Amino acid sequence: MATQTSGSQDFISNLGRIYAVYTGGFLGFVILLAILEQVGVPNRVIGYLFVFFTLAVYAIIGVMSRTMQISEYYVAGRSVPAFYNGMATGADWMSAASFVGMAGTLFLLGYDGLAWVLGWTGGYVLVSILVGPYLRKFGAYTVPDFMAFRFGGNFARFLAVIVLVCCSFTYVTAQIYGTGIIASRFLGMPFEVAVFVGLAGILLCSMLGGMRAVTWTQVAQYIVLIIAYLVPIVILSTQKYGIPIPQLTYGAAIQDITAREGAMLAQNLASTAALKPHTAPFFTYSPLNFFGIIFCMMVGTASLPHILMRYFTTPSVREARQSVAWSLLFIFLLYFSAPAYAAFSKLEVYTNVIGRDLDAIRPWLFQWGQLGLIKICGKDAIDPATIAAACKAIAGHPGVVRLQDFVINTDVIVLSTPEIAGLPYVISGLVAAGGLAAALSTADGLLLAIANALSHDIYYKMIDPNAPTARRLVVARVLLIVVAVFAAYLASTKPGDILAMVGWAFSLAMAGNFPALVMGIWWKRTTTAGAVAGIIAGFGLCVFYLVTTRYYPQAGVSYFGMTALTNPTTGAPLVNVAQVMADAKWLADVPASAANPLASKVGWFDLNNINCGLLGMPLGFLVMIVVSLLGKEPSREMQALIDEIRKPRGRTILEEKT
Amino acid sequence: MQDTSANDAAHWKRTTNLMLTHLGIWFFFGYVIHMFVVPLNKITIPILGFPLGFYMAAQGSLAAFVIMLFVFAKQQDRIDREHGVAED
Repeated sequence: MATQTSGSQDFISNLGRIYAVYTGGFLGFVILLAILEQVGVPNRVIGYLFVFFTLAVYAIIGVMSRTMQISEYYVAGRSVPAFYNGMATGADWMSAASFVGMAGTLFLLGYDGLAWVLGWTGGYVLVSILVGPYLRKFGAYTVPDFMAFRFGGNFARFLAVIVLVCCSFTYVTAQIYGTGIIASRFLGMPFEVAVFVGLAGILLCSMLGGMRAVTWTQVAQYIVLIIAYLVPIVILSTQKYGIPIPQLTYGAAIQDITAREGAMLAQNLASTAALKPHTAPFFTYSPLNFFGIIFCMMVGTASLPHILMRYFTTPSVREARQSVAWSLLFIFLLYFSAPAYAAFSKLEVYTNVIGRDLDAIRPWLFQWGQLGLIKICGKDAIDPATIAAACKAIAGHPGVVRLQDFVINTDVIVLSTPEIAGLPYVISGLVAAGGLAAALSTADGLLLAIANALSHDIYYKMIDPNAPTARRLVVARVLLIVVAVFAAYLASTKPGDILAMVGWAFSLAMAGNFPALVMGIWWKRTTTAGAVAGIIAGFGLCVFYLVTTRYYPQAGVSYFGMTALTNPTTGAPLVNVAQVMADAKWLADVPASAANPLASKVGWFDLNNINCGLLGMPLGFLVMIVVSLLGKEPSREMQALIDEIRKPRGRTILEEKT
Repeated sequence: MQDTSANDAAHWKRTTNLMLTHLGIWFFFGYVIHMFVVPLNKITIPILGFPLGFYMAAQGSLAAFVIMLFVFAKQQDRIDREHGVAED
């Protein structure tokens, strides 16, 4: 197995102590900053200290974990204990969108937003029972490694690399964008500069030590992000209900919200179109799309390479399984708290903003209005005078804020909670550090997945199989930097489309990877031809549906029988297709801009394009089965090797020279 | 140990059954229970005050997934041990 130096074994056996000291040190640092704030150090300085201190710690861990061994670089020497791998996976998994955005989505959508919470947790069940432990036994460095071995070589490998890059690259760009947003908001840096500061943080963590460095920084980042997420909401819950367990006390907030919803409708403070009852289902998503999102996110989880490769690092198959359970526990801690954030913020807005006189609005709101994140009556809520003027301009406005007047950016929910609770700035700084940790850790994992596929699968396995170790590691690092810089450059241009595409990554991974992974392990009869045909058909259909509905909706309507998606509450079409198709202006808009009224609003079966995996994956399975049955069954040796993958005992199938 | 291939087959059969059982529970908590959200929401959890349908999607199913995974790791390990294919 992997060679280990005695130094790293000392490190593994002392992990508990090392991370306990680290956690204590971090809490001490927070307390120190709180004292500094009390003696009058300006907020700006506190913010900078938070960001640079945490970045420095990650960088130190990254540099200390540098390695010149292949197995350390690609799979952390397969020596990460289940518990710590769980934490690292948690940080790998929870992105800027989970940390900052999810509570906001739940605020806006109420029950329907829970589709994301369910989808982003339940997938780990599939990871553990269907895929992860078997890949660990197989002994791959990357997901394409398994595809190549099981499905006859480099063509399958190449397809798997394409799927991997398609689903990981948009995702990593969004993470780097997230670091830029957080750093610029809290430090007042220009966004473009902040993106490259984030990039430096990411590279320092991952470049020298590969998987080994990313693993130990992700553990450190998990600790920061979970403390940062829980502290404000625990304090808020204690203030309001006297019990420091917000996950239990927000039930009372939900009852108040429901009562208030009825009152607002009765007092004409909300129109039925603007009000989505917080606990009632299917106001945003139709039942098909609601369950579709849950299914695509779950199956996507079990297909995303940057998650699967985390389970290549455990010492044994048994620990890989335990590690999935720990991962989900650590993820659960954040995801079951997000609805509490949403409920507390909503109650604050419904009671202290909606129905209030325009000049009685609480001051926390204007800070976010000045950043353009809260609008009232169609204008940024900069100060009371501006919104009073804006509302007066609306005919028949009653002079108090109505629900339909109020527009909030989803990011504000988590970021503003410390201020709503009246907490000192140090807590806001802590939340920023947490958001940064979430974005950096996910970016690290994704970047490594892409760079490893390029350096291991494309360069070493396909271009130069005789490359010496030193050169492989140099190539791996150069590719890592190239991919990172390209993603950072793209992020600095604020590409709205890519950011909206992150949800697509799950459907793409699901259609491209899931059938081949599952059938490769669970059905010996799967042949090379079957798998290759299945990947192409499933992934192809998914990409076709995405691209057509988003960029060529007119062609979709004209040639592929697509119709308008419908509003789940009224059943009415979202757009009048015939009218748009008659308009020369939109017909000329090819590929369709985001402003095109048909973009992402047409499709088959009333299916939102984020759920394209729901079309691609079944087709992938079907083609795989049919084509496999038409061909000759796989060789006896291959079938014997699949038997070996199914048994934890014994050596890994793939042995790499180290 | 008796015939290796018979033992392997028995091991895989039990593994498959365990997989199907957990897939069934996963399906129940991931989908089936949320199909009944409207009637379940009429029930309020005493003391805490959550409508039950909302609670299951926000916390109940999530907790079920976590517990399932720890139980699954234990059960699969027992199957591996009983068939002598576990790691040492």
